[in-house]
Amino acid sequence: MLVFILRRLAQSVLVMLAVAFIAFALFNYVGDPVSGMVGQDTSLEDRQKLRHDLGLDDPFPVQYARFVGNAVQGKFGLSYQQAIPVDRLILDKMPATLELSLTAALLTMLVGVPMGVYTALHQDGPLARLFMTVSLIGISLPPFVVGILLILVFSVNLGWLPSFGRGEVIQIGWWSTGLLTASGLKSLVLPAITLGLFQMTLIMRLVRSEMLEVLRTDYIRFARARGLPNRTVHFGHALKNTLVSVITIAGLQLGALIAFAVITETVFQWPGMGLMFIQAVTFADIPVMAAYLLVGAFFFLAINLCVDILYQIIDPRLRINRGTANGYGR
Amino acid sequence: MPKRLLLFAAVIVTVLSAALSIQPVSAKTLRWANDGDVISMDPYSRNEILLIGFMGNVYEPLVRRDRNMEPEPALATAWAQTAPTVWRFDLRRNVRFHDGSPFNADDVMFSFERARSPNSNIPGLIASIKEARKIDDYTVEFVTYGPDPILIREISNWFIMDREWAEKNNATRPADLTKNEETFASRNANGTGPFMLKERQPNVRTVLVPNPDWWDKPEHNLTEAVFSWIANDATRVAALLSGEIDMIYTVPPQDADRIARTPGLRIVQRPELRVVFLGFDQLRDELLESSVKGKNPFKDKRVRQAFYQAIDIETIRTKVMRGAAVPVGTMIGEGVNGFDKALNERYPYDPSAAKKLLTEAGYPNGFDVGMDCPNDRYINDEAICRAVAGMLARIGITVNLNAQTRAKYFNKILGPAYNTSFYMLGWTPPTADAHDSLLNLLASRGAANHGLFNVGGYSNARVDELIDAIRGELDPAKRTDMIHEALRIHKEEFGHIPLHQQTVMWAVRDSVQLVQQPDNIFPLRFVTMK
Repeated sequence: MLVFILRRLAQSVLVMLAVAFIAFALFNYVGDPVSGMVGQDTSLEDRQKLRHDLGLDDPFPVQYARFVGNAVQGKFGLSYQQAIPVDRLILDKMPATLELSLTAALLTMLVGVPMGVYTALHQDGPLARLFMTVSLIGISLPPFVVGILLILVFSVNLGWLPSFGRGEVIQIGWWSTGLLTASGLKSLVLPAITLGLFQMTLIMRLVRSEMLEVLRTDYIRFARARGLPNRTVHFGHALKNTLVSVITIAGLQLGALIAFAVITETVFQWPGMGLMFIQAVTFADIPVMAAYLLVGAFFFLAINLCVDILYQIIDPRLRINRGTANGYGR
Repeated sequence: MPKRLLLFAAVIVTVLSAALSIQPVSAKTLRWANDGDVISMDPYSRNEILLIGFMGNVYEPLVRRDRNMEPEPALATAWAQTAPTVWRFDLRRNVRFHDGSPFNADDVMFSFERARSPNSNIPGLIASIKEARKIDDYTVEFVTYGPDPILIREISNWFIMDREWAEKNNATRPADLTKNEETFASRNANGTGPFMLKERQPNVRTVLVPNPDWWDKPEHNLTEAVFSWIANDATRVAALLSGEIDMIYTVPPQDADRIARTPGLRIVQRPELRVVFLGFDQLRDELLESSVKGKNPFKDKRVRQAFYQAIDIETIRTKVMRGAAVPVGTMIGEGVNGFDKALNERYPYDPSAAKKLLTEAGYPNGFDVGMDCPNDRYINDEAICRAVAGMLARIGITVNLNAQTRAKYFNKILGPAYNTSFYMLGWTPPTADAHDSLLNLLASRGAANHGLFNVGGYSNARVDELIDAIRGELDPAKRTDMIHEALRIHKEEFGHIPLHQQTVMWAVRDSVQLVQQPDNIFPLRFVTMK
C-alpha cells in the first residue's frame, strides 16, 4: 500500500509540472496584464520597463522555469491586480470553495441516494416518475440557468434567501467558515443546490440502475426466500452492494464539483477560488491563474488517490483476488 | 425510532426557521454594489475611477469637487498663483487623521513624494508639479514645470496620506508588484475624510462608518455604508430587486427599463465625461489590415469623411445603447472644460454622400479593412462595432471585426506597435479639462508625453502648436478660444469619428438621495436616507 501511495505521489508531481507547463504555454494568449496595471497616462517606456521587470517579455519556457523554481520555494508571487501574495489569496478563498463543494456533495449523497433507491423500488409509482422527470431537468439545465432561476424565485419573488455572497463568516485560524452563522447557512442553500443538482441526478440515476441490477441477483432472491423483511433486503443487502460504484463515482465527481464551482461562484458572487480565477482571466493575472490551475490539479489528484485507496479498502473482492493471486500462485 | 425522528425533525424545523427569519435592517445603512471590486485600499495603487472614487470617501485632496464638480476647499483653505509657475496653498488647521495624528505640511510633502515614487500609479495626477516646498507647518508651495492654470482641477483626486502612519507601518511606498509582499496600506486606510474604514474583506465587502471628528459638517445621515462586489449582471440586479442592496452601478442597459418600472426603485443617469470614438491609422503608407495595397486610403480626407457620414449615430443611440448615450461632434463631451455646443453638432448621416465620396477618392467598390474593438471595456462596445460594420457594408466597405478582451485588445492597438488600421477607443480626461484629451489623443506622437493614445497617428502642426500653447495660457478666455480652434481643425479634417458620451447609469432605491458625478464617482458625503 505504501509503495502504491508513494508511486502515485511521484506521478502527481509529474502531472502538476505538466499542468503548469501547458498553463504557461497558454498564457501567451491571454493578453497583456500591463495595460491594466498602470494608469492610462503611463509612458510607453515605463510600460515596457514594468513588462521587463515582471519577466513578461521572456519566452514562455523561461517564465515557466522561473515559476517552478519559485513555486518549489513556496513563492507564488504577487497578484498583478490586487498586489496581494497569491498563496495568501488562495488560502483566503479556499474555505469558501471547499465548504460550497462539500455541502453540494453531501446534498448529492443525502438526497440522490434515497431518491435512487425509491425510484428503483417503486418503478412505476407516480412519485418515482416525478423524480425521474425532475432529474431530466437537473441533467439538461446548465448550472447558470438553474442559479438564476433559483435567485429569481427564492430571492427576488419570495425574499427568503440571499442572492449573493456568503453572509457573515467566522474566522477559525486561517479558515473562514459560513457554517456557524444563520446568514452564512442561508447563503449556502441556493449555491449548493445549483452546484449539486447535476451530480444529484447523476447519483440518483446511478443508484437506481445499480439497484435494479442487484435486485435481480440470486442472493436477493435467497434473502427473500429466507423470509427477511423487505427493509433488511433493500438496505442491508441491495443498497450496500451498489455503494461501491456509487462511492467511486461520487469521489470522482467531487473533483468536478470543485472545478464546476467556477460557474456557480460567478452567478452567486461566492467569494471562492472559482470567482477569483474568472477575475484573474479577465485581468490576465498570470500568477493567480497559474497557482489556481496547480491547486485545481492537486485537488483532482488527491481525490483520485483517496478514491483509489478507498476502493481497495471498501471492496473486499479486490483484496481477496489479490490474496488469491499472491497466495496460491494460480 | 419514531421518537428520534420526531426530535430530528423538530431540530431541523427550528434551525430552518431561525435561518429564515428576516433580520431587522438598520435604516441608515447604505448597501451598494459595483461590478468591480475596489482592489486596494491604497489610493496611489491604481489610477482607476472606482478605486479613486471609493477612497475619496476616506481620504481627502487639498481641493475637492462640490456637487456641481466645481473646486472647493478641502484640506487647503485657500490658494493662489503667486507667480506664473508657483501655486501657494494654505492648509486647514486642526484636522486629524482617523488614527488621531494631526495633519500638516509634512503630510503633503510626504504624499507628493509617495505619489511620484516608482510604484505609484498616479504620477499623472501631479505630472505638472516639479517641486513641492514647505513654507511653514500650514503653508505649501508647488512649483510647476510651466504656467499651469488648471492645477487645482488636476489634483482633486490626489489624496493626502499621513506620514507618521505610513512610516510606522512600513507603507511609505505603494506595493512593488515584482516583490512578494503586500503593503499595509493595501488593506488599511487612514485618511482625514468623512468616512473611516471599519472592515475590509478583499473581493467580498468593505464597510465604512462615519468619521465623528470630521472637520466639515456632514451633509449625509448614514451610520454605516457597506460596499459589495457583485460581478454578474443578473445577480447584481436581482440583489437590488430583492432589497439586499440599495444602489447598484453599473446597471446593465437591458435591465434599465425593468428597474425603472419596479416600484420603489429608480434609474439615475447623466452623460459621462468619457467620449467613445473611432480612429483610423493615417500614418502608415500601407494599412496593416486592408485589401488596399501600396497606399493608405485613410490618408485621404474624403475616405475618412465617407466613413463618418456612413455611420447612423441615431440608430446606435436608440437601438444599440437603448437611449443611454449622447452623440458628440468633437473629442470632448459636455461637462469637460472647453466644451462648445456649436462644435458638438455632428456632420449629418448621409450614406449616399458617403458612397459618392468613396467613388471620388477612387474606391467605387469599397475595400476591406480590419477593425479592432474591445468587448469588455465600454458599454456595448462590441455591439457598437458590429453595428458600425453593418453600416459601412452599405457603402461597400467590408469590415473584418476583431473584438476581444481588453487585455488583448489594448496590447494590440497601443504603443509601441500601434498594430491597428481602424479601431474603437474611449477617453475620459481625468482633469475634466480639454487639454488632457487634446494632448493624449490629437498631439503628434514623438515628443515626450504627447499623443500617447493617438493610436492612428493623427498629426497637424497647428493643432500641436495650440496644444502646447493651451498648456501655459493663463487667460481663461484665450485658452478656451485655442481649445475651440484645435477641436475645429480636427473636426474639419475628420481626424477621428467621435461617437458618443455613454451614460453613467445608476439604479437606486427611492429612499436614498444621492449626487451622481459625471465621472461615475459616487460620493457618500452627499447621501441621505429616509
